[in-house]
Amino acid sequence: MSDLINLTIDGKPVQAAPGTLVINAARQAGIEIPSFCYYDGFTLQAACRMCLVEVEKTPKLQVGCTLPVAEGMVVRTDTPQVHEARKGMVEFLLTNHPLDCPVCDKGGECELQDMTFRYGMGESRFLEQKLHVDEQQWSPVVFYDRPRCILCYRCVRVCDEGMGVKALGVNNRGAVSVIVPNHFDHLQCDECGMCIDICPVGALTSGAYRYKTRPWEMKHVGTICTHCADGCKTTLGVRNNQIIRGNNRDHSGINGEFLCMKGRYAFDFVHSPERLQSPLLRRNGVLEPVSWAEALAAVAGKFKQIQARGGKFAVIGSNHTTNEEDFYLQSFAREVLGTNNIDHRRTGDVATLLHALSGQTDALATTADLYERKAILVIASDLAQQHPFLSYQIRANYRHHGAHIYTLTPGPVREQNYAVRSIITVPGRELADLEALREPLKGEPELVILFGDSIKGEAVGKLVQFGSSLAIPVRYVCLVDYSNSRGASDMGLAPNHGPGYQPVSEPGLAYDEILAAADLDALWVVGANPLKHGTLASAGAFVLVNDMFLTETAQRADVVFPAASAYEKNGTVTNVCGEVQHLKGGLQVMGAKPDLEIIGLIAREMGANVGIWSSDKVFEEIHSGVRGYNIPLPVIATGGAAQTTPVHVRVPVSARPELIQSARDTLFTSGSLGRYSKALNSVLEAPGELYSEKRP
Amino acid sequence: MLYNEPSPLEVKVVTKRFGLPNSASLDTYLATDGFKAFFKAAGMTPEQIIEEVKVSALRGRGGAGFPTGLKWSFVPRTSPKPKYVIVNADESEPGTCKDRLLMENDPHQLIEGILIAGRAVDAHKGYIYIRGEYRYLIEHMDRAIAEAYARGYLGKNIQGTGFDFDVYTHSGAGAYECGEETALLDSIEGKRGIPRMKPPFPAVVGAWQSPTLLNNVETLCAIPAIIRDGGAAFAALGTPKNGGTRMICLSGHVNKPGVYELPVGFNLLRMIYEVGGGLPNGKKLKAVVPGGSSCPLLKADECDIAMDFDTLAKAKSMLGSGGTVILNEDTCMVKFALRIMKFYAHESCGWCIPCREGTAWLKKMLDRFHSGLGQKSDIPLIGELSKNMLGRTFCPLGDAAAMPTIAIVEKFPEDFEAHLNGNPCPYAHANEPAYA
Repeated sequence: MSDLINLTIDGKPVQAAPGTLVINAARQAGIEIPSFCYYDGFTLQAACRMCLVEVEKTPKLQVGCTLPVAEGMVVRTDTPQVHEARKGMVEFLLTNHPLDCPVCDKGGECELQDMTFRYGMGESRFLEQKLHVDEQQWSPVVFYDRPRCILCYRCVRVCDEGMGVKALGVNNRGAVSVIVPNHFDHLQCDECGMCIDICPVGALTSGAYRYKTRPWEMKHVGTICTHCADGCKTTLGVRNNQIIRGNNRDHSGINGEFLCMKGRYAFDFVHSPERLQSPLLRRNGVLEPVSWAEALAAVAGKFKQIQARGGKFAVIGSNHTTNEEDFYLQSFAREVLGTNNIDHRRTGDVATLLHALSGQTDALATTADLYERKAILVIASDLAQQHPFLSYQIRANYRHHGAHIYTLTPGPVREQNYAVRSIITVPGRELADLEALREPLKGEPELVILFGDSIKGEAVGKLVQFGSSLAIPVRYVCLVDYSNSRGASDMGLAPNHGPGYQPVSEPGLAYDEILAAADLDALWVVGANPLKHGTLASAGAFVLVNDMFLTETAQRADVVFPAASAYEKNGTVTNVCGEVQHLKGGLQVMGAKPDLEIIGLIAREMGANVGIWSSDKVFEEIHSGVRGYNIPLPVIATGGAAQTTPVHVRVPVSARPELIQSARDTLFTSGSLGRYSKALNSVLEAPGELYSEKRP
Repeated sequence: MLYNEPSPLEVKVVTKRFGLPNSASLDTYLATDGFKAFFKAAGMTPEQIIEEVKVSALRGRGGAGFPTGLKWSFVPRTSPKPKYVIVNADESEPGTCKDRLLMENDPHQLIEGILIAGRAVDAHKGYIYIRGEYRYLIEHMDRAIAEAYARGYLGKNIQGTGFDFDVYTHSGAGAYECGEETALLDSIEGKRGIPRMKPPFPAVVGAWQSPTLLNNVETLCAIPAIIRDGGAAFAALGTPKNGGTRMICLSGHVNKPGVYELPVGFNLLRMIYEVGGGLPNGKKLKAVVPGGSSCPLLKADECDIAMDFDTLAKAKSMLGSGGTVILNEDTCMVKFALRIMKFYAHESCGWCIPCREGTAWLKKMLDRFHSGLGQKSDIPLIGELSKNMLGRTFCPLGDAAAMPTIAIVEKFPEDFEAHLNGNPCPYAHANEPAYA
């Protein structure tokens, strides 16, 4: 390309796009210019002065992180003057930095350690007393140790610019400057921990992780967060079969380094003392721990008995189980139990959207689209609460590309702060109020529409018609609640369609009908808690539950199998945008088994064959057999995300859209799972509320 | 009021009304050529006004000495955004105390200067950012502004010229850093006073993202005389490229401390002995801070020098903001360096590492050194740390702390040596410190 700018860095000819900063141009050329305060994607600070470089024809050292490249520029990063400057800066930084590295959480992955090692002096000339300020706890998950702070303002920026929360600021001046939380001595915020993650030193530490381990003692397992539907990659730090922290410092996955409270801290339900670790069998009205063999025999015996007399089965699946488990479960239900009475708690009308988009290409948005497309319309969702990562993407899009954001929500949402147009509506009136946006939207070059659970059934078709009438490229996201809500639908945990939305000849009972039916002989609930709010009409039904905890539903069960959490198994999940990603088990909890294995063991016990219960084998079947899932395998295998393709067929849409209900989880709730997370329950903000005026 | 007797050697341009009865009143101002320049400027094009200022060779009186006319010409007059004139009255440099006198004794001269600047850059709003410690001056300035409004010298259609202009005062909150022009802008916008990245320069992107002309009080006070009597007449008062007069704030070990208006280029020794009446008690001169605490000191034998920007720059010092501090032979230079560093460590905004950590470290080290606990290796270290700050900080505050310190260590090593080996300060007996 001819519009590239030519410059020389350390004698290497470098080409860079106009506007590229010298620090990044050098990085492209494989030359490191050290920095603390410079951080990709956030405003420039030029505060740490680590990136000083020599530029020919300029007498003073120049700041590499704010200096754009210029034609013919000659930059030197490897001169005595530059080394001297870096040495001086590290020395200044260490004057008040307590050298408590042996007990600091950051030890081993601390940028100041690395910089000192590479550019520092090796000896201290500082004889004076260091400043001391006592450590402060700002929230159950955020601690601040001022003496370690090097005031790079990354935390302030990530909270303000990245999260849109603005919970951190700076007080005082000079050497006694200090980062402060928004409520004098404590934080009220998203508790996302981004400030801790981005801190180059151990000044901000995590309540969950502090003083627990050294980073090199952990096994780092990249998997997908099991809470909301956004599908963020979280890298679990596991030591001795215990998850000690979650972060995504390596920026892998669709979310880069982003994680919310749930992804970063709410893995702790895994180690809840209430976890089931043995199968339970009801004897004399009491659930008693029994061996797997005994429990499996009891279930297989009961199932075969009911089968033999032509009894009525029903199955309720989960929003959290893997695609493989969902596929396997519905195969079991349809092939072994011979029933279409299978459903899950539906949280968004994916089926109708796929139906309405049949024949259209490029109509399903990815999470990357939210960062790249020029205009975004959010309908009926408090994204910052319900889909924190999508909200983060949109904020970044606004910040970096000036995207036009429109909101149409039943109450105030964070996106309003930077929306070009915001309309407050009442549920049910969305489509009517949408007309007010028709003209401005027509003027946009392209659009992504995200819609929540109040757009369902016919309304989805009307929304797509509205989108088409704008005569611009429109992509859609049907917002669903949990980590594999989308997969549950795609895998056919539905009474009226099988995997890939293949219609079934005789639709079975839907979720509420299953609970209301008086003549069920057996109900199998896998990873769901329908009896939390509902009641089971069939008082005499045999109830089998796979769950991690003794939920309301498990308490009613005749047999309970202890299930493994998403962090303990392999498989794939499909996020809200239809992106398929790989789960990687990081640990094992004694006594629990993945649902896939439990289903397989029951099948074997019954003498039935639904295939090998290895997630890889089942995924092969999904890949070759389920419409939309013919996705590039290497992408998944290497930890990437591949979006499912549209199905382009007549999708059997639900006749009962009223069944589609979001659980309206906030940042601090996560269905039944959230109840068992200490971290989620510990924060001041829990459980929070949607569309709240009070929140940022 | 005046704090010192005027000197016969003074050339009074901006201080010509000082000492007149009711010098701060509009009536006095009008009776002594007040607003004549404004009416003249009303008949001139902005280009003509700026040209006149260029001809005057007026250079910024805040310390950096940037040519004022050139600065004015940088403001994009055709920008669709509103333009602002902001007066930097955050006079905080130790040793400098001239702007307060100008506002106290002749506030309308400043208002007229602002109006002419506004006319030259097509601004219609002006802010006077007054140092927080000058509380009484804010009220004083407000009274003068109210008087100007009442008599039609501010507001809509000023004196029928069709020119609208509003002036407001804005209080600082006690931060030296806010005298740095971009930190001042942040402060005036209600933010924490920390400097901004340059470019863009305030002339293009200043207050509220709009083109902004920022000038020191003394600079703007010189404008009425320049427009009224012509730039050439003003330029002729000084040396080439250093037009006009300068208010020199003479303090320290001198018989007649005070603020004197002298032509730019006035000889420093004459300033000390003829204007200031020499040093008290027949003490010998040891050193001079030529223009405020951030300027490298001149040793006694370097003081036969013309006080203009270029000559002092050649002597590796600065004319700065006109705060000339005279130090006699009994001055402990270690303590003096400590006193300066205490100030900068206290005033560092903390934004960038070298200034924040460097000033604090040097303050601690000089404190220890002066108390007799110094090591021989500290002497070069003081210089090295200062050089690690010099030119590497975000704004000139770090340089301001480093430059005098480097000069003191280089020029007075014997004072440092004398404190070694647990020796008490050799000047401990001396009274009358030039600093506190």
